[in-house]
Amino acid sequence: MFNFFKRKQSATSAKERLQLVLVHDRTDLTPAQLEALKDDLLKAISKYIDIDPDAVQLALERDGRSQRLVADIPLRGVSRHRAG
Amino acid sequence: MTAQVITVTSGKGGVGKTTAVANLATALAADGKRVVCIDGDIGLRNLDVIMGLENRIVYDIVDVIEGRCKLKQAMIRDKHYPSMYLIPAAQTRDKNAVSPSDMVRICNDLRPDTDFIIIDSPAGIERGFRNSIAAADRVLVVTNPEVSAVRDADRVVGILEAEEKGSPALIINRLNPVLVKNNDMLSAEDVLDLLGIQLIGIVPEDESVIIGSNRGAPVVTDTKSRAGQAFRNIAKRLQGHDVPFMELEQQNALWSAFQRLTGRK
Repeated sequence: MFNFFKRKQSATSAKERLQLVLVHDRTDLTPAQLEALKDDLLKAISKYIDIDPDAVQLALERDGRSQRLVADIPLRGVSRHRAG
Repeated sequence: MTAQVITVTSGKGGVGKTTAVANLATALAADGKRVVCIDGDIGLRNLDVIMGLENRIVYDIVDVIEGRCKLKQAMIRDKHYPSMYLIPAAQTRDKNAVSPSDMVRICNDLRPDTDFIIIDSPAGIERGFRNSIAAADRVLVVTNPEVSAVRDADRVVGILEAEEKGSPALIINRLNPVLVKNNDMLSAEDVLDLLGIQLIGIVPEDESVIIGSNRGAPVVTDTKSRAGQAFRNIAKRLQGHDVPFMELEQQNALWSAFQRLTGRK
């Protein structure tokens, strides 16, 4: 059973690792640079709107041969601000 | 009709470019096409031995470029298929002896009397690769279902797109259906999903490929070989025929069942 699980992982982990490597190869953007971009983006957005920095997700995604930068930025208590 | 120039490349070395070139050319010649293969790997020539023509070389591509012989004199006719020729690479020179415009000129000279010109690119993404894609109408990228080969293939695909060579077609070589079944090898679907380009063929791992290259007789001539069948199918697709992909897993299961039955395994 253990052997079965171990086996099951090799092609899957190959694919997962390649997905990550290819997206960074294609964009020529290292994970560290992506973090820096995220910080800059958060600073810029925070000037205008209240966001929860810990909940922000920024990721490079693949769609065939094209890449996209996908950001999920939850806003903090917008409706309350408006009311108050 | 004028020839179609097809370049076979890969990024990573050792994935089966030269084998693919020799087999596709032989299959096209067997279909009656006029084929010229060009070895683009200056300094590390190999297509001649894979095709079994190493004893016939007098002139090479650099002799043509530097005017020491006529183009026709450097074209070695195949032993079995009179409509197939090889232009060998120079063995004692380096890749700087050839320029992209030299390749374009040679291909243009060959085009009127040829159906397919197949160029065997060297590994890497440098001068020899640039020379090899300069004249290409179509590029085939060969990869293996392994992390390093797929990563390098992706780099090459990116360069080809940046050079506006169009989207290349993919040959997945040396796929082992048993490993794929056990989830210990990337499947053809995985590789296609990662690279995001069109597929032109899947070639199963097959020991008859090694036997064929030992003899200098490409495996397409072996009617029983599965890899040979895969290459014959790709050659048909290059001619515009719609050939369904082989059911590798299913047939392999049948084959192992047969081997168990006959006690061969």
